[in-house]
Amino acid sequence: MPNTLLISSDQLQTLIDGLRTQGYETMGPRLERGTIVYGPITSGSDLPAGFRDEQEGGHYRLVPSDPSGLEAESFFRYVVGPYSWKRLLFPPRQRLWRARRSDGGFALEPAETRPHPYAFIGVRACELAALAVQDRVFSQGDFADSGYRSQREQTFLIAVNCTRAGGTCFCASMHTGPRARGGFDLCLTELLDESGHRFLVEVGSEPGRKLMEQVSYRRARPDEIEQGRQAVEDAVGSMGRQMRSDAGDILRRNQEHPRWVDVANRCLSCANCTMVCPTCFCSTVEDVTSLDGAESERRRQWDSCFNLEFSYVHGGPVRREAAARYRQWITHKLTYWHEQFGTSGCTGCGRCITWCPVGIDITAEVAAIRDSERAVLEGEV
Amino acid sequence: MQTIPHTLSWGHDIPDPMRPARFRVESVQHELTGVFTVGLKPLDETQTFEFAPGQFNMLYQFGVGEVPISVSGDPARPTTLLHTIRAVGSVTNALQRVSPGTMLGVRGPFGTSWPVAAAEGSDLVILAGGIGLAPLRPLIYQVLANRSRFGAVCIFYGARTPDEILYRDELEQWRGRFDLTVEVTVDRAGSDWLGRVGVVTKLLASKGFSPPDTLACLCGPEIMMRYAVLALHDQGVGDQQIYVSLERNMKCAVGFCGHCQFGGAFVCKDGPVFRFDTIAERFDTREI
Ligand SMILES: Cc1cc2nc3c(=O)[nH]c(=O)nc-3n(C[C@H](O)[C@H](O)[C@H](O)COP(=O)(O)OP(=O)(O)OC[C@H]3O[C@@H](n4cnc5c(N)ncnc54)[C@H](O)[C@@H]3O)c2cc1C
Ligand code: SF4
Ligand code: SF4
Ligand code: FES
Repeated sequence: MPNTLLISSDQLQTLIDGLRTQGYETMGPRLERGTIVYGPITSGSDLPAGFRDEQEGGHYRLVPSDPSGLEAESFFRYVVGPYSWKRLLFPPRQRLWRARRSDGGFALEPAETRPHPYAFIGVRACELAALAVQDRVFSQGDFADSGYRSQREQTFLIAVNCTRAGGTCFCASMHTGPRARGGFDLCLTELLDESGHRFLVEVGSEPGRKLMEQVSYRRARPDEIEQGRQAVEDAVGSMGRQMRSDAGDILRRNQEHPRWVDVANRCLSCANCTMVCPTCFCSTVEDVTSLDGAESERRRQWDSCFNLEFSYVHGGPVRREAAARYRQWITHKLTYWHEQFGTSGCTGCGRCITWCPVGIDITAEVAAIRDSERAVLEGEV
Repeated sequence: MQTIPHTLSWGHDIPDPMRPARFRVESVQHELTGVFTVGLKPLDETQTFEFAPGQFNMLYQFGVGEVPISVSGDPARPTTLLHTIRAVGSVTNALQRVSPGTMLGVRGPFGTSWPVAAAEGSDLVILAGGIGLAPLRPLIYQVLANRSRFGAVCIFYGARTPDEILYRDELEQWRGRFDLTVEVTVDRAGSDWLGRVGVVTKLLASKGFSPPDTLACLCGPEIMMRYAVLALHDQGVGDQQIYVSLERNMKCAVGFCGHCQFGGAFVCKDGPVFRFDTIAERFDTREI
């Protein structure tokens, strides 16, 4: 089988059917409450065809494409929404185990595992990067989160290259996208022109190759491959933001800086940025006991470093000030993450910018601190 | 490429680090008002529990919750696990009500330990404040069991009042030994207290150790450790010779929950014991 194949858009259904026959629960982008979310899809018609998104700081809107244009048929011209695949592998709420009174004490029962492995359809390059980041957190250290790892090992990934950048994306400067460079089973590039609606397919793994055996494909011609490359280049060209490559060092040397108070005056401490971020992994636990006291379960749910109780120790929280909490968030992403996991904690997906109610922009905050340093050097302040 | 291989064998066993093992309370020893030591044995009595001095466990009380508590017993006796606990809130208050036979959950041991091997051949300063003596007691036991391997050994301990001196009998006993310097001070006391009054960091001036060849291990309130570091600097003990044990909120102890972050470190796995030079800068950053 050649490495790059071409399929017509109706073959997407064959891919989904093939995965379902193999026992996968197929998950992909769906239109819900005016946004793109990831949920169960069983047919190509579940995909939100003919939409693109408008994204800016604090702004998100899905708009239908011009019905007479080629884009009206497209499946993947929007980029990422408020959901990320993290919700499925590291659920917002989850039971870790349950204890039942017995033996003059208690006995533990593990949480039940899901019956089916997932197949994710439509994973963007920045999201593959985010999965790799969470892999390091949950399954590549001294301890492994057994739930995450068993799910993740069996997840089938169909990536999609972005052919258009969203308004808040900056993956190119984070070197995570818009082209998927690996970590997928199959990778699609959507081609839309007068010759029709087709997909280039790159095969990234043996299970990916096996699945393609069920699909009618032909070898992609060099001009088609070039057309796909150009489409992804268009996304690079239309990316409006970038993160400085020395962001980590800038923050490290400016842990005391007036900008933290400035941003804290705008920040609502609402924790939206951490909830939408595909790499944030913080959680808290709660023990919930049945009314009769016979059983008690340990529940884990997403938490955020923006919550005051997050850093509580006897006597009070360590990070009392909103300024300290914002500083923790951005410095963890861009500086500490490198020390902890050998990679950036930010993939450049832009979600935290879009979904911040007041439009605080991670790239702009770094740039502002850098500019203040430059101003000092040049004697302007 | 795919970093984790596909294995379509569903539900295979990956050990779950969030799942406690079951232990039973063997003994409860009253130490001070609100402070007690719990002895635990695994349900499977043949099992032993190896740990290094300075490490901690997550203790689970059925239906209440789980908290990080340092091991305070002797590492050479891994059959009974000792924890000295101060009741301050919901879980520790519930732990105060256990009695022999109560079942508790235990996860651990977690974290880094005191630098016992590195301290061999050197003088050792062990400085504790309040309940901070608990995580240092395993170190003291280990050093005493191998006393000839160390140079001078000084134990400096500070409590708020004479009634709050932890392990008082043992401190007396250690003070009776010729091969240990043991100094105890309290912040305030009535006229019946004939010992020292003042902050524990003052004890460092009393010497008894040779600063260039000393390792210092500190545990207590952060403010106390801050002053102790300065006092050690005054004596000529450098950051690389100082170890501190830190406390942060912990929900997992294995690097998953993010709560214990202290700059680029996770206190649960990169700590709780840190060599001071590795954290000196952030130790001075407010609310980090
Ligand atoms: C590595 C480590 C070792 C420790 N060793 C001991 C010990 O040997 N003996 C002892 O008495 N105490 C020890 N502590 C402190 C002990 O964990 C807290 O007193 C305990 O968590 C308080 O919980 P609570 O539910 O009783 O109090 P609450 O005030 O009801 O707790 C509320 C929340 O804050 C957290 N929290 C409150 N205080 C602390 C604190 N000081 N450190 C961390 N989390 C806190 C709790 O875990 C809980 O999540 C240690 C803490 C750490 C991090
Ligand atoms: S920090 Fe913001 S841009 Fe970076 S990965 Fe998280 S949500 Fe995306
Ligand atoms: S940025 Fe905050 S919520 Fe996100 S992983 Fe870091 S500490 Fe946790
Ligand atoms: S206690 Fe959860 S990461 Fe350290």
